[in-house]
Parts: sequence; structure tokens; C-alpha cells
Amino acid sequence: MGYDCVVCIKQVPDTARITGEAMKEDGTVNRAALPAIFNPEDLNALEAALHVRDRHGGTVTAMTMGPLNACEVLRDCLFRGADRTIIINDRRAAASDTLATSYILSRAIRTLPRYDLVFCGRQAIDGDTAQVGPQLAEKLGIAQVTYFERFVELDGRTARVRRNVGNGWEVVEARLPLLLTVLGSANTPRPPSARRVMRYKRARTEPEVGKEVAEAMPKASEQKREEEWARRLEALKMNGLVMDQWDLDHVEADLQWCGWAGSPTKVHRVQSIVLTKEGYTEIPPTEEGVHQLIHELIVDRTLG
Amino acid sequence: MIEPNRKGEVWVFAEQEDQTLNEVSLELCGKARALADQLGVKMAAVLPGCNVRELSYRLIAHGADYVYYLHDPQLESYRTLPYARVLCRLISKHKPQIVIYGATAIGRDLAPRVASQMRAGLTADCTDLQIGDFDDTRSKTLHKNLLLQIRPAFGGNIIATIVNPDRWPQMATVREGVMAMKPGDPRRSGEIIEEKVEFDDFDLAVRLIERHREPRQVNLKGARTIVAGGGGVGSKENFRLIHELAGVIGGAVGASRAAVDSGYIGKEHQVGQTGTTVRPALYIACGISGAVQHRAGMEESAKIIAINTDREAPIFAVAHYGIVGDLNKVIPIMIKAIRARA
Repeated sequence: MGYDCVVCIKQVPDTARITGEAMKEDGTVNRAALPAIFNPEDLNALEAALHVRDRHGGTVTAMTMGPLNACEVLRDCLFRGADRTIIINDRRAAASDTLATSYILSRAIRTLPRYDLVFCGRQAIDGDTAQVGPQLAEKLGIAQVTYFERFVELDGRTARVRRNVGNGWEVVEARLPLLLTVLGSANTPRPPSARRVMRYKRARTEPEVGKEVAEAMPKASEQKREEEWARRLEALKMNGLVMDQWDLDHVEADLQWCGWAGSPTKVHRVQSIVLTKEGYTEIPPTEEGVHQLIHELIVDRTLG
Repeated sequence: MIEPNRKGEVWVFAEQEDQTLNEVSLELCGKARALADQLGVKMAAVLPGCNVRELSYRLIAHGADYVYYLHDPQLESYRTLPYARVLCRLISKHKPQIVIYGATAIGRDLAPRVASQMRAGLTADCTDLQIGDFDDTRSKTLHKNLLLQIRPAFGGNIIATIVNPDRWPQMATVREGVMAMKPGDPRRSGEIIEEKVEFDDFDLAVRLIERHREPRQVNLKGARTIVAGGGGVGSKENFRLIHELAGVIGGAVGASRAAVDSGYIGKEHQVGQTGTTVRPALYIACGISGAVQHRAGMEESAKIIAINTDREAPIFAVAHYGIVGDLNKVIPIMIKAIRARA
């Protein structure tokens, strides 16, 4: 018995930490300067899945779609307890909007032999759309429960879930398989375990190994590099340290629904916020200044 | 998806709970009315529920030409699947060109499900909607009169305009309070069209077992003055100053996302794109740096006072009065000054 859980993860720029260094001369944000982090609510989704597995048995598979750099967050999943990771990495998936992304994720999840529960963070901090969860559920043809707080009951093929709807809560009952979008308030994510960090810090996808070989042997012949690549991969395989990397062919995705072509929404225009200095009246932080301000506000009837 | 349909109506999903319309639906009716007039088409609201026909008249008063009303006991309380079935069926039948939803807990659950099923585009949390042209350089096509869906993104550091050129309907969710609520005209006439949608077992597979609603205790939207604290307040203890100042001027307490995330105050106080949008007579921002997401929720306030130690903080760009200084010193002076006047 037990439950096979899938957790969808996104690596995001840390939009909450926009400091001086991340600003360009013209007052706009230098996106490249922002550190890439584990999307916060996806950590709660991972924790919810790990909790189910620890309690009922089963597996936790962490999945992401993105550039190879996103393997960092997948390794973090291994450190925290995930059993398996998969990255969907394909140039043809670039420029996917939420709909195309959920289609590709659904193809990847359908490639798995079995799944019972899919966990997503409610939303990612770079877009704040909260759309991929519900769209993925629809693409998988399963029910969704958004704003997950906790399982009231998880028994056999039935789940009772408490969801927080902002101005209150509800308990809903649904049959598995089921997709849940998890709130930041749902739990406290466990930290990476030192033992697992030691074990999995060398875990790599095949293309990452290739990249590392190329960097380590810049002058070697292609054949030499390939031999080294094969050797390193074999060593990783023996230790169960090869992370899955899939492309769109592997998940049998129909390209008309992927990437730019598969995305109904198009970005028409992007305006960086320029922090202009418009005129405001500066009030000195003194008794006199503040009294004068309050007086002004009372005179123009803003106060009182 | 449906093909672009230039004669298609502009729709609003009319959200109701416990037979009460969510005000955001009326705000959206006002916006949808304006968009429909610009396009020269009809505007309609979709109202699913159980025994809520009466609510149609308010939707008509706020601009709807038609209300598609669905009465079914299965629709009494919101559940994703039957509501999504209703929207998809009606969209396929009537082919509206635009469908807008409130970006509420319900709207943000429903709209993406519908968009996925219709294979149509959806933009979340718009702060403005306009009609305009889109010159697609990639396919060299000029799309006229599209819905321009405008929203902050990337932590509020950019404003993106999103379009949905050919996989219609064009859909968007819009934050509560972003569109000004126009007064309704009870003399407006409109037509209530009763619709019926059949549900299958899957649609009804999720059961609502228990439901609890708390009345909104924090009335940010109705407040004439708001004193809001941000990450710069520094601690939950320091946040008492914010409460105190609000108490003295009879205002409500607001907060930025940073303050909420740091646990200084509950989420129900959050002002901004992912909180409540407010437009009070006076907004006092204390220790709030002023990310665009926050500013989007308060910049329409009639008067804004910003208190911040950082002269470069973006909040000063929207402020009418700026005090560069430590809020722990400035607020007590302010309290004293107000008390002296009272």
C-alpha cells in the first residue's frame, strides 16, 4: 500500500530580495543578478508529500521543468527526503505559458507507472499566477483541491482535505488520484538532512555530467571526453545518483501544445518599473515638522 | 478554445456565496460594460447558484445586458468541477470574446480550470484591462481590438501587458477593489436567460463535507484612513505602534506582504496585489519600502504619507508627504500631535 506522490517544483528568482545590487542604473531590475531559489510554497508542497509517505508509505517524486540550473532545487528535494527527481529540460519548451507548462507536466506525470497524489505549491513568486496547479489537474483529468492546509483523513482511495479559502475554511472529500495546491501556512518544511546531503550532493543528470567533463577537460578530444563521461555516469549509476532528465520526446508531448506555439497568451509589452522621483513634500522628522503636517491634514479635512 | 468572434459578448463570472454577490463581480460589471461599449457588443454576467435569480437585477443595474442564470441544487455552494462545467458549456454555446473573473479564492480556482479545458489563454491578477491592437512581429499579423491584460509580474518589478490573440475567449482574473465600483442604475433593463447544464459523475465527485466562514473582521476597503506597517517595523512588538496610531486617528491597520510574511500581523491586513486594494482618504505607510505589488494596492489613496529611514525607498515615489526618519521616533510624535489637536 502507500501513496505514490508527485511534487511539482519551480526554481524562481528571489523576487523578495531585490536589493541595491539587483537594480540597474536606470532604476529597473537586473534579473540576472537575483539569486535563484526554491519557490517557497513548493517547499510546503514537498513537505506535505513527504509527510504522506512517512506516515503511509509510498514514494515521493520531485519534478521540475526548466534549464539545467534547476537541478539545484531537485538536489535540494533529495536532501530533504525525495526518492526520485525528474527534470524536463528541452529548448522546445521555452516560452511556455502556464497552459503549455501544465500540458508538458501532465505528459511527464502520465509517463510515470502510477501516481496517487500530485502536490503543487499554490503559486510561484515570480508570476504569482496560481494557475499551473488547477490547469495541470484538468490536463490529467483529475480533481483539484486548492489552498490545501492538511489532510483530515487519508484512507484507502479517499481523502478528506481541509482547505483555507481566506475568509474561512472547508473540508472536502475526493477520490484519488487528486491534485492539491499547498499554502505556505500548511506546514513547516523540514530542513535538508546532513546524512542525505552527504549522500546526494554528487547526484547529477546526464547532461550535467557532460558539462562538468567539458569544463574539466577543455583540451581533450571528443572521444576522450565521451569516455570520461561514460565512466563518471557508470560510477554515479552504481550509487543510484543519476537524476532523470527527460525531453519532450520522452514524454510524448504533442509539440503544438508546447512552448511558444502552444501558449495562448503572448507578452505584448513589458515595462520595467522605473522609480521616478516625483515631487512630494518632505516633512522633517521633528516635533515641529510632524505637528505642521497634522495641522495641514486637519485643515484640509483629511483627518478628523 | 473558440475561434476569435468579433461579435462575441463580454462576460463577467458573477460570484455569489450564501446568496450574496461578491462585490468584485459588480466592480467587474462596470469595467466589462465599458469594454463592451468600446467594442460595440453586449455585456453579460454568468450567474450559477441555487435560488439566486434575484441577484440578476443587481448585475443588470451594474451594466449587464443579459444574465445567464443557472439554478441547480448542485451549484448551491461553490465547487470547482460543476462550476467549471457550467462555464465551459456556456462559453462553447455563446462564444463570448472576453470572460473576466474576480481574482478571489473562487475565481483563482475556477478560471484556470476553465482555461485549461477550453485551451484558452488566461492572465491572473490584472490591475487594468484595456482594448488595443497587437502587432505580432513573429507571425507578422496585426490583431485589432484585443483585450490588453495588464498586470505586475516578477515580484512587482515589471508591468506586463499580456494578450491572447487567437485562442479565445480572452480571459483574465482581476483583483478585488482594483476597478472602481460604479453606482448601479436600478432602471436599467436587461434580460435574464435561464440555462441548464447536465453534470456527470466526475463533475460531482468532490463533496463538500464542512464549511465555515468568518466574517471579514478587518474592514480595509471601507476604512477612511489606514495606517500600514511593513518589514521596516522590525518586530511584532514594534507593530503595536502601528495599531496605536491607527487607534488614535480612528483608522484601520494595514500591512505589506513583508510584514505579513514576517509574522508581524495576519494576512487579512495585507494591502497590495495579493491582498486588499484600498483607496482611503489617507494612507500612512510606515517602514514600507513600496514594492510595486504593494503600491498597486494603495497608490489610488487620496493622500499618502510615507515614513521610511531609506530616502531611496520606492514608496516615496507615490507619496504626497515623505518623512525620512525612524518610525519608532516619528510615530510617537505623530500620536502626540494628533492627541494635542483632539
